[in-house]
Amino acid sequence: MGKGFLYMTELDLMQNLRSKSFWAYSFLFGAFVAVMFLSGVTESQIIGFVGLSRLMVTFMQVSMAILPIYVLITTVRSVVGDRESNVMEYMLSLPVSFSAYYWSKFVSKFLVIYIPVLFALIVAVIWGSLKNLDVPWDLFFFYSALLAALIFNFLGLGMLISSMAKSQEIAIGTAFIIWLILVAFLDLLLMGLMLKMRMNPDLVIWGGMINPLQIFRTGSLILFDPKLTVMGPASYYVLDVMGRNAFLIMSIAYPLFLGWLFAFLGSRYFNRNDVI
Amino acid sequence: MEEKTVIIKESLISTKNLVKTFNKVDVLKGLNIDFNKGDRIALIGQNGAGKTTLIRCILGQYTYEGKLVVMNFNPRKDHEVLMQHIGFIPQTPPPLQMTVGEMLDFFSKLSNTDKEEFVKIGVDMGLDVEANLAKPFLKLSGGMKQKLLVALALGRKPEILLMDEPSANLDPAARKVFFKYLEEYNNDALMIISSHRLKELENLATRLVEMDMGVVVVDNEL
Repeated sequence: MGKGFLYMTELDLMQNLRSKSFWAYSFLFGAFVAVMFLSGVTESQIIGFVGLSRLMVTFMQVSMAILPIYVLITTVRSVVGDRESNVMEYMLSLPVSFSAYYWSKFVSKFLVIYIPVLFALIVAVIWGSLKNLDVPWDLFFFYSALLAALIFNFLGLGMLISSMAKSQEIAIGTAFIIWLILVAFLDLLLMGLMLKMRMNPDLVIWGGMINPLQIFRTGSLILFDPKLTVMGPASYYVLDVMGRNAFLIMSIAYPLFLGWLFAFLGSRYFNRNDVI
Repeated sequence: MEEKTVIIKESLISTKNLVKTFNKVDVLKGLNIDFNKGDRIALIGQNGAGKTTLIRCILGQYTYEGKLVVMNFNPRKDHEVLMQHIGFIPQTPPPLQMTVGEMLDFFSKLSNTDKEEFVKIGVDMGLDVEANLAKPFLKLSGGMKQKLLVALALGRKPEILLMDEPSANLDPAARKVFFKYLEEYNNDALMIISSHRLKELENLATRLVEMDMGVVVVDNEL
């Protein structure tokens, strides 16, 4: 991909850093950490956890609600938007390969979405240290990786949709429907389905585990709730079949793989079809 | 007996049975044409004749059937390398978010061209480049955008210039400078200018190619 990729990434990053939406998004996460400290979340308890651990768990819950749909909505417009506005016609008349164009968008989007989230976590650690709270480094590093995997996963999906969609409306509609399906199939609905249809529980649970949102949710729980008590009976299957450590690794590796696969398929489609 | 000299021109773009289909409709219907080194081509035809489709095929932006060779490259497979030899001026300036300064840096790095080359052409065309460096391209007027796009295409000194209605947004003074630049441009370069204003091209064009319904209906030396 060469220098075309580097220059395109640099250009895309600069454009993102200038956009108001990037600063609004960064402010949202920063403000969220501040509000959690000011509202005393660090003093409340969840399954025996207090302090920064408690704050990080809440941070992960909120991230799970915001990040997937935010990543999808901002990403699905990138390729198809450039196509509709003639930006792509012009940019791809320059010495830049199709792959460089596509992957530069992927990399710059990943950085502008992940860095504010990571920065908010770092601010929480610094603030907590100043307030003499213990820093749960294992939780910090694991959650940083888990958030990166979650963003990577939905970014790949967004890029695939964006490269295949005929218009921005179709891209946004498709992204929204996929997100709704993933949210609907979190474990609550799965349990209901299992009970109602008397399906093989293994099948239902592993069906649920295909859902990257479910993986993220379970992964963020398993570190401070090793027996996954909040998940109910499904936890036995997960822990029996896989074990805690293997699940921790999978909760990062699986979304990364899935994101890469989606992005790769998007790139392949982009390279092999009319680009405008 | 009068002696005839046959000049064989080197083909820079060659199409053999080039077909482009959209939704089962052939927009290019088996195009066979060569565009040669030094040709200044006025590409004319009504809307929907296939001019823009042909330009986009040459730029490697469309898939196609048949054969298309541009400077011995395949526009799809060798896109990055080939585009180092092609300058393109679009009909409608794209809504680019980057500032004029960023555009100059980006083009300069990408094409190994001194930024001053672009600035000089821009200034000659009446664009105060220095005063607009911090302005996003998107916020420039239509004429200013077109002047910058012309400067960026010509400043790279490509062997092939593809221009789709390049003077549509230019004021008369800028148009005059633009055509003067084209007239004085490298004699070996190939220019394809898609335009509805044939009169503008009469001093420049050496060959007239008219397209209609996806085929070439006129191909005359001028």
